[in-house]
Amino acid sequence: MMEINPRNARQWARLGPRGFFGMALLDVAENKPEILAMSADLGSSSGLERFKAACPDQFINAGIAEQNMIGVAAGLAKEGFNVFATSFSPFIGIRAGEQVRMNLGYMHMNVKAVAIGAGINMGFLGNSHFGLEDLSLMRAIPGMTIVSPADCGEVLKTVQAAADFEGPMYIRLTGDGTCAPVYTEDYDFEIGKSVRLREGSDVTIIACGSMVKESLKAADQLAEQGMDATVINMHTVKPLDTAIIERAIQETPAIVTVEEHSIIGGLGSCVAEYMAPLQKRVPHLSIGLPDEYIKTGSYRYMLGQEGLVGDAITDKITDFLKG
Amino acid sequence: MKRNDIENMALEMRRKILDISFECGHSTHIGGALSMVEVMSVLYGQVLKFDPSNPRWPDRDRFILSKGHGVLGYYPALLMAGIISEEIFSTFLQDGTDLIAHPVMNMDLGIESSNGSLGQGLSMAVGIALAAKKQNKDYKTYTLISDGGANEGSIWEAAMLAAHLKLGNLTMIVDYNRMQNDGSGKDIIDVENMSERFKAFGWHIIDVDGHDVDQILDALQDGSEVDTPKAIIAHTVKGKGVPFMENQKDWHHNRLTKVNYDLALETLGKESEAVSAT
Repeated sequence: MMEINPRNARQWARLGPRGFFGMALLDVAENKPEILAMSADLGSSSGLERFKAACPDQFINAGIAEQNMIGVAAGLAKEGFNVFATSFSPFIGIRAGEQVRMNLGYMHMNVKAVAIGAGINMGFLGNSHFGLEDLSLMRAIPGMTIVSPADCGEVLKTVQAAADFEGPMYIRLTGDGTCAPVYTEDYDFEIGKSVRLREGSDVTIIACGSMVKESLKAADQLAEQGMDATVINMHTVKPLDTAIIERAIQETPAIVTVEEHSIIGGLGSCVAEYMAPLQKRVPHLSIGLPDEYIKTGSYRYMLGQEGLVGDAITDKITDFLKG
Repeated sequence: MKRNDIENMALEMRRKILDISFECGHSTHIGGALSMVEVMSVLYGQVLKFDPSNPRWPDRDRFILSKGHGVLGYYPALLMAGIISEEIFSTFLQDGTDLIAHPVMNMDLGIESSNGSLGQGLSMAVGIALAAKKQNKDYKTYTLISDGGANEGSIWEAAMLAAHLKLGNLTMIVDYNRMQNDGSGKDIIDVENMSERFKAFGWHIIDVDGHDVDQILDALQDGSEVDTPKAIIAHTVKGKGVPFMENQKDWHHNRLTKVNYDLALETLGKESEAVSAT
């Protein structure tokens, strides 16, 4: 069984969450015949080639037909399988969105819809392949659990948890092989329970996915300027760990959310919606992708352009805290 | 069941459809229910394996109503098969009921899936049939789609995969009444040559008169292809059995008034005499 340690974390990080996912699923699914992997002709893009070779009876290629893939996954789930159905974020979360709604939502089937390459990490492939709006759509589906792992180690934790989790789930993979690991040692992971990575009293940064690492970088830079930030890894976007928001309101004078998703409907919206009716609130800065289809380039280039890197996050938080 | 019993079941289902449509006081999808009656009576009267006292019986055959608006051809079949009670049946379209205008998955009532969004049931049926193969189970999977529902691209995605996976344990029946919500298929989107279409997708095709129980039974029991999914193209008439509804788009979804209800029952009465005379 795989374990998170400095050496593994370094090696996995080179693959990025998308390439590593298939390795993690293979590690979890071997000797568990009830776990199936489905792909819509993107097996090699999601690291599932080895899975297919090692567990041919547990791999189904649905062809380039995501809507049908979700329905077939639901039929398999109805008969007792736990199905990980994978495709690029817009194809599974939006193109097949109504199938997800009917089968995973309305019928609450035990299917894990895995969005590989969410956010903007498909780089030059462009906005057709980006997952900008998926969180917004998926989290409005009743009964859906949504997990956005921070790095490869957390992809492993998520897949392990999902293997034992009965019910529909949307797993959103962001980041690529240029992202340094967040975790180099084992840690406690529980769906629905966020992880405090750093303690500080000046601001609470709540991040998910690829932005957890960038937020940690920002926290380091803020510390150099004399500001102490709490950093929360909100890996589960739904159900939201609201206790941590309550605590942030009590302990820090401001909240900043950071996500690789449109500023409409994602993690920032989750936090804002929760906080709005509370008697005691704190100012909240929502950092994410703009409400537009952005000019495309390499992943790191676009993150820089859109201010989703440590330096830019630091500057935004500094300005925000100055008021 | 003997042929005569299946025909009587079909006749009784039509009566139930008219009764409940009138009694519920709402518009119902009555035309497409009347077109599927013989198919459903052969399935639930003869072909499907199930245990009325245990709708969750693991070895039961699976039936998915892909044409979800066809509940009035489904609930009466479940009633006559003894899976749901008269008491439950009578709650159709009453506030708080489990029996609404599209199926809501409810294993206690023998309803295998939630439908209503067209073109999705075949995908689930493919998944269930594939599960049976993976788990070495003998049950068969059946789904009923409409020709209008086959406007949806997802039907053809599923058709491709079913043939590729050689799902010989899967049977799809197409209620080929050539009508849909806005009228005749030929005026909306061409649904001609349905058999050739599915044949080209690699399915074993059997064309039947969808109101002839012998032809339907023979087609359902045909076991000549073991590695090929079967498509039974049931040539039907929308509104079948009630002349003023037949092939009338107004009866896709409409409310049955007392005058029309009485008129429809009178027609069925005549048919009833014809059936008992055979």
